[in-house]
Amino acid sequence: MASDLMAFARAVAQGAIRVIDLTQTLTQEFPTIVLPPELGQCTPFRIEEVSRYDERGPAWYWNNLTLGEHTGTHFDAPIHWISGKDLPNNAVDTIEPHKFIATASVIDCSRECANDPDFALTIPFVEAWEERHGRIAAGEWVLLRTDWSKKPYPEYAGLRNDGAHTPGPTPDVVKWLVEARDVHGFGTETIGTDYGQAQHFNPPYPAHFYMHGKGRFGLQCLTNLDQLPPKGALIIAPPLKIKQGSGSPLRVLALVEWDASR
Amino acid sequence: MSVPLNPPKRKDPLKKTRQPLFPQSTRSRTAQGLTAAAAQGRFELQKCLDCGTIIYPPRDACPKCLSARVPFAPVDNGGLVLAETTIHTSTDSYFRERMPWRAGLTKLDCGPVVLSHLHGDVREGERVRLDLKLDKGGAAVLIALPDKETPNMADDPQLREMTCDPKYRRVLITDGRGAVGQAMARSFSDAGASIVFVGLADPWKPFPGQQALSKIPRVEIVALDVTDSESVSDQAKQIGGRTDIIVNTAEHVRPGGIMQRHGLSVAREEMDIRYFGLMRLAQAFGPGMRARGADGTNSAAAFVNLLSVHALMNWPQYGAYSAAEAATLSAAQCLRAELHPGGVKVLNVFFGPLETEWYQTIPPPKVAPAALAKAVVQALQRGLEELFVGDIAEDIRARLAVNPKALERELAG
Repeated sequence: MASDLMAFARAVAQGAIRVIDLTQTLTQEFPTIVLPPELGQCTPFRIEEVSRYDERGPAWYWNNLTLGEHTGTHFDAPIHWISGKDLPNNAVDTIEPHKFIATASVIDCSRECANDPDFALTIPFVEAWEERHGRIAAGEWVLLRTDWSKKPYPEYAGLRNDGAHTPGPTPDVVKWLVEARDVHGFGTETIGTDYGQAQHFNPPYPAHFYMHGKGRFGLQCLTNLDQLPPKGALIIAPPLKIKQGSGSPLRVLALVEWDASR
Repeated sequence: MSVPLNPPKRKDPLKKTRQPLFPQSTRSRTAQGLTAAAAQGRFELQKCLDCGTIIYPPRDACPKCLSARVPFAPVDNGGLVLAETTIHTSTDSYFRERMPWRAGLTKLDCGPVVLSHLHGDVREGERVRLDLKLDKGGAAVLIALPDKETPNMADDPQLREMTCDPKYRRVLITDGRGAVGQAMARSFSDAGASIVFVGLADPWKPFPGQQALSKIPRVEIVALDVTDSESVSDQAKQIGGRTDIIVNTAEHVRPGGIMQRHGLSVAREEMDIRYFGLMRLAQAFGPGMRARGADGTNSAAAFVNLLSVHALMNWPQYGAYSAAEAATLSAAQCLRAELHPGGVKVLNVFFGPLETEWYQTIPPPKVAPAALAKAVVQALQRGLEELFVGDIAEDIRARLAVNPKALERELAG
């Protein structure tokens, strides 16, 4: 109803609803996913000045960018993974736009991850969370708070000679979130939605395989998840409308009702 | 013996940095034959094919038999100093700043009597070796060197004007992640460079040799990513005013031709790292180096490009890579012209497959990174502009000189 929408706009303008930016700044230094060097690589974010009030353009400043679809804080569409390749409306340009707005359940495992980069999210862990905060509703984002976004880059990327060591979900819990909870998608603070060592899972990269296989979405390289309540945040996450895009860097905003007790 | 070079004092910030000057450098087209030999460190003079006379200075006809068949050829460089002179005054701006300067006449064993610069350890009546060098202006000149190595020989001020010796200079190795960059860091440290800056991109990615690299004496790891214009210009703001030699070790070797490659992603990476990488370094560091070409003992001296010899002729097995190398070589030639007003040399180093992971399937002979690094340091100590390292590079150079079309066919396999 229009009156509700106007009331909402007033609440945002007046700060009764807070807008929290869940986006990392796009910089050249921010880690990008690394694949074995003989495979194709995601082009990292680069910025080249076109002009800056100089002989190349006296009164204006602008830049040209190069970047892969999966750089910085970014959205994964179902077409990104082979399991979602034949679904209808599976690319960033064809996903129905209302799906870019959805509420979130934020599962805090920052304490468990603090000294264990190999922390894996399991069904019992989520069930215990539901006992405290309520059941994850159908159509909700599940965001994994690990505080990984606060780490210095070498730890953030977690690369060792046997691959990345960063927290993420087990195959069981992803399948369960999709089938038993009918979630909207899965979001993380780490470079990918999957566990660092997820290539050794069965199936490999389950967050990609199961989520995208059922037309669900991914968000990664999120930040400020520590400012979100466990339930009740509204996520606005529209990716760029790239023709048959597999994903896109984007601005992710969370709307949270002001809670004086926090 | 030469007076050993003192470590340069810190600069007096109240003093103006002297602008680079160089000696008169106009040469006839024929005399550029000396330039070609000096650039690669060979001693060549003209030799008459009809009467065998060795000719100096360069002429278009033999002074004895008037034959026009007078190509440059390697000749013996031994001789005897007939007369020496110490010059105390000159109207030439370059020499005025460097007085006194020694010159002398040498009777070469192969015939001609030549006027040349004299190394400080050379005396009248002594045996010498004549060497062809490129002076500050890039012109080929002769210098008489002691017959046998003398203590601190490279520290002679006249000789040092013609070389790019890393001793007491500050070197930037642009990428220390690979075996070549790490070998360079070791070689330049051993050669007495006062600081060896080693660039590192994506410090969050671990790499083999990381520990050992940081333990090399006088190595300082600096943030540098040649694919990122901002990173290169930011680092130039930090160290650009005290970078005397740059060795661009950023590489991106990948097999594959241009048709067989699936898409352009890898080719873009190659061009970005190699061709655009060189351009970013040139824009950020070049002007500062050009302005510091005469800045005392540790003046800016050289920009070193490491190039596949297949920059000169495409090797389809690594065809897209060869093309990126050819683009890089062309840019390096442009850079040479742009750095010339500063008396800063561009050394282009050509080599075949290296003993590194991306040439894993290629059979020997391959060039070991340590051998390449040693050759680069020696080339700078000699003041060369072009260097071919290893059997493959020498072979390609020879075949290219004889029949480029045959080489193209043979490399196509």
